[in-house]
Amino acid sequence: MLRGVDFAVEEGEFVSIMGPTGVGKTTLCLGLNGIVPQSTGGMIKGDVTVNGLNTKRTLVPELARYVGLVFQEPETQLFNMTVEAEVAFGLESLGFPPKEMGERVEWALSVVGMDGYQKRSPFSLSGGQKQRIAIASILAMMPKILVLDEPTASLDPLGKTEVFSVVRELRRQRGMTIIMVSFESERIAEFSDRVVVLREGQVEMQGTPDRVFAQVELMDEIGLAVPQVSELAYTMNRRYHTTYVFTQLEEAYQKLTNNSGRPWRRDSG
Amino acid sequence: MASAPRLEIRDLWFDYEADTPVLRGVSLTIEPGEFVAVIGQNGSGKTTLVKHFNGLLRPHRGQVLLDNEDILHHSVGALARRVGYVFQNPDHQIFGATTHEEIAFGPVNFDLPEDEVEARTVDALESFRLTEYADVQPAMLGFGLRRKVSIAAVYAMQTPILILDEPTTGLDWKSTSELMQLIGELNRQGRTIILITHDMRVVAEYVPRCMVIRKGEVLIHDSTREVFRQAELLESTHIQVPQISQLGRRMVTLGLQDGILTVPEFCDAYNDLMSGT
Repeated sequence: MLRGVDFAVEEGEFVSIMGPTGVGKTTLCLGLNGIVPQSTGGMIKGDVTVNGLNTKRTLVPELARYVGLVFQEPETQLFNMTVEAEVAFGLESLGFPPKEMGERVEWALSVVGMDGYQKRSPFSLSGGQKQRIAIASILAMMPKILVLDEPTASLDPLGKTEVFSVVRELRRQRGMTIIMVSFESERIAEFSDRVVVLREGQVEMQGTPDRVFAQVELMDEIGLAVPQVSELAYTMNRRYHTTYVFTQLEEAYQKLTNNSGRPWRRDSG
Repeated sequence: MASAPRLEIRDLWFDYEADTPVLRGVSLTIEPGEFVAVIGQNGSGKTTLVKHFNGLLRPHRGQVLLDNEDILHHSVGALARRVGYVFQNPDHQIFGATTHEEIAFGPVNFDLPEDEVEARTVDALESFRLTEYADVQPAMLGFGLRRKVSIAAVYAMQTPILILDEPTTGLDWKSTSELMQLIGELNRQGRTIILITHDMRVVAEYVPRCMVIRKGEVLIHDSTREVFRQAELLESTHIQVPQISQLGRRMVTLGLQDGILTVPEFCDAYNDLMSGT
């Protein structure tokens, strides 16, 4: 599945992982907290080191103190009667005293903007809210690293923005390290520091969103979408011999209107 | 394949719990051969609405008509021959011991002759590029492939109306484009296609018509270009048009042509603007 993947993520970095369907992104995520190979079996060569701990030699519950994992479908992660019980669940299993547990639950809910929902059933919430509860239940355990495996795939645009915004704030305010698997190139360009692109079980390229999304042909060959404005820059460059690089809407607007609110005129001839 | 029936909904109401209606008096008509995207927020009632089209849900008030005939008069089994439904989650659908068996299941249940079942199954396997997985247990395949199997199985039933609930979720752009081209081809053969999706880029590039659902009501049902022009209406239901349409809209005041849906369209319009035509 994975064949010699090499990359490092620095503390406090927001790294997005992209790759075609079936390339092994989920396997990689599960490898970051030891579930692969400890619970799943399989052959593993090479090492994953989290905060200096080797995931082959450190038990999953120990790794869970450092790495929290959020999955694609919020429904598969929620099973308690109330939001409060849901967020407390992990702490309870770790044997936290009630007082500290209560404080952490409250803190985690306020971080994801869901304070006041303590007594609600998680199932009565919108998709974006459910995913924020799933994130809160991981946050309550205060991991240093948050790994999210396509957390917005089943969400509507509002839900997607909610999740990306919460994740960005966690990074900004708490200095958390974020590793997110996603196809959402436009939001990746806006929110993340670095993009790692996987192909056929290996790292095909990595770099800032500007660098990665300028590789329009390569990304197309791999089967991944770049932001539409990056595709626009590429198409305009081919047609009109310009040298645009866009990754975000605002940037494209500014450059195409020459910062003056008027369309930019290219030299004739 | 029989020609597609006209699908008409009259004043449809439905709730899962008393006093919290999920559908509030929906009326709409989907013409034979229409290719329409159903869009709206999570929880707006999209899936609940389309589950009425094939009798999976029965209305609490109102009517669902196929060619002017109330579907209450038909069993779910009989409706399955006319309206195919691909579930949002492929795992709610997949159970066969092999991919071949999974795909043959529908045609077998239609009591078709053996050679017809085989022909349809082989055609579905080929169309979805699943031939190499014919003898594999579909539940063991990766997500993208399971998704394809679930669609191929409904495709093999050759229903004149095909409903797909978020078929591109979790697929990369290449698989998404391939799937949408295939669905477009089915539409060109005369099938009515009803597609629930959150991916507005898919809608802009592949789906000619669009229906917006908000809180159990149909807000608008028109061409995709017309719907995507309704900025305020879409904002009220938190739908974001594709990035290129957003960029186009910001430049309308500068004289750019309104209603841009794709990158090539933007390039053409921008070129027109610059050359002053």
